[in-house]
Amino acid sequence: MSRAPLRPLARILKARARGENPDVIEAANRARRHEAMADKQRQRAEGRLLVLGLAFFCAFALIGLRMGALAASIPEEPQASAVGNPIIGQRSDIVDRNGRILATNLQTNSLYAHPRNMVDPANAAKKLAEIFPDLKEEELLAQFQSERRFLWVRRQISPEQMQAVHDIGSPGLLFGPREMRLYPNGPIAAHILGGASYGREGVASAEVIGVAGVEREFDSFLRDPANEGAPLELSLDLTVQAAAEQVLAGGMSIMNAKGAASVLMDIRTGEIISMVSLPDFDPNNRPRVLTTGDQSDSPLFNRAVQGVYELGSVFKIFAIAQAMELGLVGEDTMIDTKGPLSWGPFRIRDFRNYGPELSTTDVIVKSSNIGTARIAMQIGAERQKAFLDSLGFLAPTPLEMIEAPTGRPLWPDNWSEISTMTISYGHGLSSSPVHLAAGYASLLNGGTRVEPTLLRQTSIQQGPRVVSEEVSAQARNMLRQVVVRGTASFGEVPGYAVGGKTGTADKPRLNGGGYYEDKVISTFASVFPANDPQYVLIVTLDEPSENSGDEPRRTAGWTAVPIAAEMIRRIAPLLGLRPQVDTPQQVGVTLTSN
Amino acid sequence: MRGLFYVLSALAVIGLAFWAYQENYKTQTAVAEVRSLYQDIGAAHERLGMLRAEWAYLNRPDRLTDLADLNFDRLGLLPLMPEAFGAVDQIIYPLPTILPITNPIALTFDELSQRENDL
Repeated sequence: MSRAPLRPLARILKARARGENPDVIEAANRARRHEAMADKQRQRAEGRLLVLGLAFFCAFALIGLRMGALAASIPEEPQASAVGNPIIGQRSDIVDRNGRILATNLQTNSLYAHPRNMVDPANAAKKLAEIFPDLKEEELLAQFQSERRFLWVRRQISPEQMQAVHDIGSPGLLFGPREMRLYPNGPIAAHILGGASYGREGVASAEVIGVAGVEREFDSFLRDPANEGAPLELSLDLTVQAAAEQVLAGGMSIMNAKGAASVLMDIRTGEIISMVSLPDFDPNNRPRVLTTGDQSDSPLFNRAVQGVYELGSVFKIFAIAQAMELGLVGEDTMIDTKGPLSWGPFRIRDFRNYGPELSTTDVIVKSSNIGTARIAMQIGAERQKAFLDSLGFLAPTPLEMIEAPTGRPLWPDNWSEISTMTISYGHGLSSSPVHLAAGYASLLNGGTRVEPTLLRQTSIQQGPRVVSEEVSAQARNMLRQVVVRGTASFGEVPGYAVGGKTGTADKPRLNGGGYYEDKVISTFASVFPANDPQYVLIVTLDEPSENSGDEPRRTAGWTAVPIAAEMIRRIAPLLGLRPQVDTPQQVGVTLTSN
Repeated sequence: MRGLFYVLSALAVIGLAFWAYQENYKTQTAVAEVRSLYQDIGAAHERLGMLRAEWAYLNRPDRLTDLADLNFDRLGLLPLMPEAFGAVDQIIYPLPTILPITNPIALTFDELSQRENDL
């Protein structure tokens, strides 16, 4: 690039010759050169600005277009980036201890209508009323012709009904997928499972929520997608539960009882193998909660968990066991049973007179109120309360059901001496059959506390010690004697060495003021086999009356005990318990081998 | 030298762009395939759930009891009772297997006459 010189020699010489200053020429040339350079730089800067502006325009245009596209398009869930298995989004199943299904889901369809899209509402209403007999044609037509844009026709329909609705061919009738909770076994274990209904409902899906029982208690677990469809394993055994319900329902009708409950519990793990409350209901079609009257008359009421009753003489074993644990009495100590026992205005009587004195074992075998009350007086209120608390009788059961906290035991605020005496034979303290099962299990399993649970366990509970192993064995022996030669003679099941205690408690009047003469709660609390305790079974009947004799018999020995015996006969083989047989000594057989 | 460098870079950019284009389409195909597989698995799960529910429904204790009662004449099924347990020595030893018949004896007159004719 050639540059114009700042001091061109010709002009300088000329200027000098004229006597002018040559520096002026140089300054002018310099200024001209600077001007040219500035022009060039401006041009370049303008070019750069243009490019930059263009780049910014493109960037903003891109962002704008993308925003527009995002705003205008239908939102879509990212699918490839989902972690884990995106398919199993259903509510988990509930299974029994052997994996048999107690609750599962079914894909059905819901039917809804867009009345504005209907071509012939009259025909649609007529056809729908034919398909669903419980829908009224006039009501449907009125709804179709109203100003509404949307209405539900049916929450769940079967595939056949769906096809029939489809055949109507109305563009205003639409289907949405709908998950339905199914309890394939019907009313079996209804109280434990509870039931489910719909939460938030949409056209595309509906939320299934638990309303009672374990469905509600474990609602968040069952809905948690992180489980990837892992089922909820309960401790129940479906077969045993079905057999127990069958036997109990039969017994309840024979004994003319108003209601019945049974609890079968593993004595070491605390697992509830079966828990029945009758009358029951079908969780697929859960009845409504009673709005008037006594809730305990509703089939929804779980007598085994929510029903707190004065359970009567079944409590005697606790007083006796505690007295033996404290060293106050032994198995054969003679107890004064002269009656009636007076305490202030109260008289404690026995069912019949058992003579002046009985051994401790016979107090249990013959079920003497006076004998037990005398032993309880030696124990005292403080120690009795603490012992019953250690067996779990003063707090609601920790069962994993939403209803469990409502089964709160009732006991007198002032635990006086007379309370001590009456509570020792089961009056004055109300508790549920599950409490009783847990108490018997804790006392008889060797003397360590177990808490009832509805979840399948893999190990035995290592609870705090309640009584010594020796006392536990003595208590089992006493209960065995009750069946062998006492009030529960109908409880003998060959091969299973049943031990148990009967309890017949008069029902307290609802409005207070004493007890009914002819209404009882009869209970049989049993353990089998008594020599190697495995299970505890509680059977409770509400207002039974066995009318085969001259006068109605209401004592547990005549009502609850035969039912419990039949139940053990049916259930024990299902639990895999072999009957114990006295094998005759093999004589004259010598095993040899060569 | 510089020119060669420019040409090579341009070629590299073109090559990489072509590779990225292919990878993009491969990824999209894979994603679509995964989606359809998920749909298949979902449908299979649904079917499986339905079959399980049906199995549970058909095997509900009430129905089995009714079926056992209905077919009592044929099957003679009873609830499992303690008597069902037995001792090992109550089980019989397996019966000896019957050897095949090698010299059949004629039992009917027709067969007999047939044999005589053969002779």
